[in-house]
Amino acid sequence: MPNASLVISRPPHPQRLIHEVSELPPFQTLIDEHAGDVMAVCCGAVGRSDADDCFQETFIAALRAYPKLQDGGNLRGWLITIAHRKAIDHHRARGRRAVPVAEPAEVAVTDPEPGGEIWAVVGALPPKQRAAVTLRYASDLPHAEIASALGCSPEAARRSLHEGLKRLRKELA
Amino acid sequence: MKDSLNRLHARASAEGLLDVAYATADSPFGPLLLATTPKGLVRVGLPNQDADELLTDLARRVSPRVLEAPAQLDEARRELDLYFAGKLTEFELPLDWRLSKDFRRRVLRAIARIPYGQTRSYTQMATSAGNERAVRAAGTACGTNPLPLVVPCHRVLRSGGALGGYGGGLPMKEGLLRLEGILDS
Repeated sequence: MPNASLVISRPPHPQRLIHEVSELPPFQTLIDEHAGDVMAVCCGAVGRSDADDCFQETFIAALRAYPKLQDGGNLRGWLITIAHRKAIDHHRARGRRAVPVAEPAEVAVTDPEPGGEIWAVVGALPPKQRAAVTLRYASDLPHAEIASALGCSPEAARRSLHEGLKRLRKELA
Repeated sequence: MKDSLNRLHARASAEGLLDVAYATADSPFGPLLLATTPKGLVRVGLPNQDADELLTDLARRVSPRVLEAPAQLDEARRELDLYFAGKLTEFELPLDWRLSKDFRRRVLRAIARIPYGQTRSYTQMATSAGNERAVRAAGTACGTNPLPLVVPCHRVLRSGGALGGYGGGLPMKEGLLRLEGILDS
């Protein structure tokens, strides 16, 4: 009886394999060019204190999937999508962990987080405004780059940022 | 951000996702690019070689999971520092030979056995690799050596004693031969 595994383990066509592999730049390029944006998305989505966990999960997932990625055309968009997914995972996990207490313990903070509670309010903004605000103020991106991260015109990016800031001022007043 | 990246490297390495780690190292001839796989040192880039091109080549030929993770190259950097200081005559680093194949790999393995401070001819290398007539191919193997310095192709000269070529440029070859006391300083 023929060995079935011989049939299913046939390797992909060599030409195709070479093509796929040659498209992808060294992963370090993704870190050099997009780590700041990924961190900004994580900050905006889960807050400063948990942003690093979200950042780590994002890049580990990206590293795991990278060699098999079919299209290296929009690596920034790919990373940002993963970051959003990891942020959602984070919120789900936190939802499960949350335990209500009568009196929250007071915790001494020696090194206050920049902005502190502001990020909680930023996290509650509609997605476009939230992304615009975090990309502008957490990673110092100019309007043109915010626009390309969000896939909109610079004018629209400026508008999202403006609306986001207006809403923040109202919320925090 | 630096702490975040260090954490990422540690975790990527622990989870087997760091296929190629690289770093730069200083040398008397200029900056070197060092790259390692979990198996061993896989590529040494000389100062006159384009680092971006080398990394792109590694991404294509080894794995696109290429990360700048200097801690993974501490041992390589330590041995090279000692070598340039004249305090190390034999590298003990594990090597990953995957970037050379067949005859070229046999030539490079023969070169790796040339002792410090000695030279051989291209003809001798061709003979050691099992084909005394493939002198030109032995020259090509030297010219495409992915691990210069550690696999000391600078110790291979023309039969008459002329220097031959060097991927890092002739002044570097001369400098290395002087360091090892083969040429007068």
